[in-house]
Amino acid sequence: MKAALTILRKLTGDHSALIGGILVFALIFTAIFAPVLVTYPEALWDINPGNRLQPPTAEHWFGTDRMGADLYSRVVFGARITLMIAIVAVGASLLIGVPIGLVAGWYKHWSGEMLMRVSDVFLAVPQIVLAIAIAQTLGPSIQNVILALSVTYWPWFTRLVYAEVRSLKNETFIEAAIALGVPTWRIVLLHVLPNVTSPIIVRSSIGMGFTILTAASLSFLGLGSPPPTPEWGRMISESRNYLPEAWWYALTPGLAIFLVVMGFNLLGDGLRDILDPRLRRGGVHGNP
Amino acid sequence: METPNLLEVRDLSISFGTEAGEAHVLDGVNFDIRPGEIMGLVGESGCGKTTLARAVLGILPPNARRHRGGSIGFRREDLLTYSGERFDREVRGRRITFIPQDPYSSLNPLFKVGSQVMELMKWKSPRRDDFGTGRGLTAFATRYPRSRRRADREAVLDMLRAVQIPQPESIFSKLPGEFSGGQRQRLMIAMALLPEPDLVIADEPTTALDVTIQAQILKLLRTLARDRGVSIMLTTHDLGAAYEICDRITVMYAGQEVETAPVGDFFEHSSHRYTRRLLESLPNPNRPVKGIGGEVPTLIHPPPGCRFHPRCSHAVGPCARARPEVTVLGRGHEVRCYNPELAGVEDAAAPGLTVQS
Amino acid sequence: MRVLAMLLKRIVWVVPTIAGLIAVVFFISRVVPADPVALIAGDTATREQIEILREQLGFNRPLLVQLFDYYVDLLHGDLGRSIFTTRPVSDDLLARLPATIELTLAAMIVAVGVGIPLGVLSALKRNTVLDHVLRIVTVAGLAVASFWLGLLLQLYFSMHLGWLPLQGRISGFPPPSVTGFYAVDALIAGDMARFWDVLKHLALPTLTLTFPALATVVRFTRAGVLETLQKGFVAYQQAMGIPNALVMWKYVLRNSLISTVTQIGLLFGILLAGAVVIESVFQWPGIGFYAFQAILQSDYAAVMGFTVYAGGVFILANMLVDIVHALLDPREAAQ
Repeated sequence: MKAALTILRKLTGDHSALIGGILVFALIFTAIFAPVLVTYPEALWDINPGNRLQPPTAEHWFGTDRMGADLYSRVVFGARITLMIAIVAVGASLLIGVPIGLVAGWYKHWSGEMLMRVSDVFLAVPQIVLAIAIAQTLGPSIQNVILALSVTYWPWFTRLVYAEVRSLKNETFIEAAIALGVPTWRIVLLHVLPNVTSPIIVRSSIGMGFTILTAASLSFLGLGSPPPTPEWGRMISESRNYLPEAWWYALTPGLAIFLVVMGFNLLGDGLRDILDPRLRRGGVHGNP
Repeated sequence: METPNLLEVRDLSISFGTEAGEAHVLDGVNFDIRPGEIMGLVGESGCGKTTLARAVLGILPPNARRHRGGSIGFRREDLLTYSGERFDREVRGRRITFIPQDPYSSLNPLFKVGSQVMELMKWKSPRRDDFGTGRGLTAFATRYPRSRRRADREAVLDMLRAVQIPQPESIFSKLPGEFSGGQRQRLMIAMALLPEPDLVIADEPTTALDVTIQAQILKLLRTLARDRGVSIMLTTHDLGAAYEICDRITVMYAGQEVETAPVGDFFEHSSHRYTRRLLESLPNPNRPVKGIGGEVPTLIHPPPGCRFHPRCSHAVGPCARARPEVTVLGRGHEVRCYNPELAGVEDAAAPGLTVQS
Repeated sequence: MRVLAMLLKRIVWVVPTIAGLIAVVFFISRVVPADPVALIAGDTATREQIEILREQLGFNRPLLVQLFDYYVDLLHGDLGRSIFTTRPVSDDLLARLPATIELTLAAMIVAVGVGIPLGVLSALKRNTVLDHVLRIVTVAGLAVASFWLGLLLQLYFSMHLGWLPLQGRISGFPPPSVTGFYAVDALIAGDMARFWDVLKHLALPTLTLTFPALATVVRFTRAGVLETLQKGFVAYQQAMGIPNALVMWKYVLRNSLISTVTQIGLLFGILLAGAVVIESVFQWPGIGFYAFQAILQSDYAAVMGFTVYAGGVFILANMLVDIVHALLDPREAAQ
């Protein structure tokens, strides 16, 4: 679409957004081509006690972990997990949250109000607090982490969409469409949805970054998938026992998290500047 | 240099750096104001009148560039040689004050009106004798002597009565939002006059107000200025407002001043082709509405010479080559045109003309 | 009078929100693929024992009835009993709350005290080197995993340089308890040696915790100041020659702060979310560390109790922020 091309052009003009885009692309690329990019494909399950806790060398670019597995390969495989968690969690939140927001915003029904109160509760508390409760209850696994994150993130989309729909309903062109007898589904599809798309896209990008951080925190706390799954947060947690000697063990997974989240944040900021200058504030971060 | 003028702008050229290129907003502008005179600066949007006002106050945006030559003479000195700090200290808010266009946004909405007025008095009161402004953060440490504060407060209340604000003491307990538009503009007038300046720059002071209040405010401004012998530079695009209170009117077009005349001459015997077309375009029940063909030129690539020439039906050869010099047509009436309308204009050489005031 | 009405309105709104939170937590804790009673009973319990336990705990009653009882229990301050400490969860949390608050407050002070001036400077010196550096640092601050940062700081300042202690709140015994905040208590007791010790222990966790909050404050303040600078009254004061330092640091700052204060609620969220993880990294004996240990022990009651507790504290804190904001902005009070 022409609009997409214009956006792309503007993005490349904005330097920080461009860097963000490159980082995100690097993540996606790494995740897809992980099996090709790793130096030791068996690092996923390898137990090689003789080789444990080696510093970075030519054979092991990032060193080895406590099991003797190649850290670089594990970090690369970790990209897959990170990306999957982020996409599924944010995607699920979107799929749950947006329709709820649309319906609640459009129809003035008490059930809509109820739903908004419920989402208020979720928004009232930091995401990680609730996510801990859920993940703890369900047991440590990646699916449960994703579930916990989705369940706690959907209200952000709902709130966003609800506010947009509410304000759009007051717009004259919507009133005109209703007066002309245009069926509701058409109005929503053709008029409302395009207008809420921009904030949703921005929120999604920023949400990816934030979700990755929360997921890493959860796996750091032990709520993610059990070993030997190469989750970045868990790797950092494992490294604690081996500091300060095995400094490389803590460094690289954390660096990976940093770059990836930075990428999504920069991209999200750039998109926001382009798509909706109205939203251009200091950045709603922390509990976005 | 001795001159009867309070303000004497000569050959001022300013351009703004924009994304599209350099916009030549002012082109060799000459402009005078006499002591105690109310001068109207009239022109369409974008003609440069606000820029000229800002230049006199020294508050041009950072992307403004001033071209070589040009001077702003004020009280026998060239303001363009002043450092920013000196401008702040000696000129702004003291000798030259300002009435903004939008009274609704000119006061800080979170502070009581009274405290904002007293802040102004703390720094700019005519009773102040130590005019080193605190540089940087030492401004916080500067004290406001009690005796002067009392005297200033009295002066403030007097002025508020003069601008007809009911219950003047109430400003110390009210926020700006609690005053109406008309009252707020009166407050701005009061604040402009309290430092006892020589010149007040009023930038379209009634544009944001209801029509019914506009005349009121303008007349008030004139009365107060007269009483105090203060000059006013009134920028406006509303010829009616200019007619109400101005002694003389200067017309600008696309960054060039084209004619200056006493108000009577202006409306009855104007000379520049643009001025005449402007007056003809005023709604008149006796004839159909008459506009001026064409469009205001872009300031990035303005027409050479007289910038009105592409739209002028009386243009002659030299118009496109160089800007016309000043032609004096009578007391206080000057025009810059190669082919001005001369019918009915007083002879420049005729002495003893009464100056309309 | 209007202020009072507004305060009441905000206070009243807190109640259903907390009640809703409790309901959510309750349903989470009951919606388990595995049998919650079996989990509580442990691996070695027999089927009969599980059923008996189910009756005892009342898990066989309808969910809504159980919810109601949960509310009643909560009103009595009963959050269940911790498997690990065998004490009531509420006691455990209460004992550890001051530590968390001390850390959170310290982080908040740094975030606001350093962040606001930096944000203002960044805005005033827009597009200069300082501004660009700050913007990069603030973006980075929001991308860094807090536990990773904490670990790195430990690695460098504690293990490598040996300047600061690795973990914990204090070496040795705490000062006599007055407020529960070791730093304050040490000052009250006039014990400077202890005071410094506490500060040294506070340093790294505070720095780690505050980093994202600091970044957020700088960003918001910068944006707020930039927006305020567009306002007419700034141009007016400058046109009238009011000293620029006053224009910026007295007037512009105040207007920008209004929007920053509203974000302090957000700050609490960031800080609280970070507390769980950071207390774990530094073994800081607060409610976050408690939750971490509870997770490791599969101590359900403790984790749920923590959720309710933390959520409640957060909601209350936000209410306070709302109130402060309303008081700070006289326009709201005047309406």
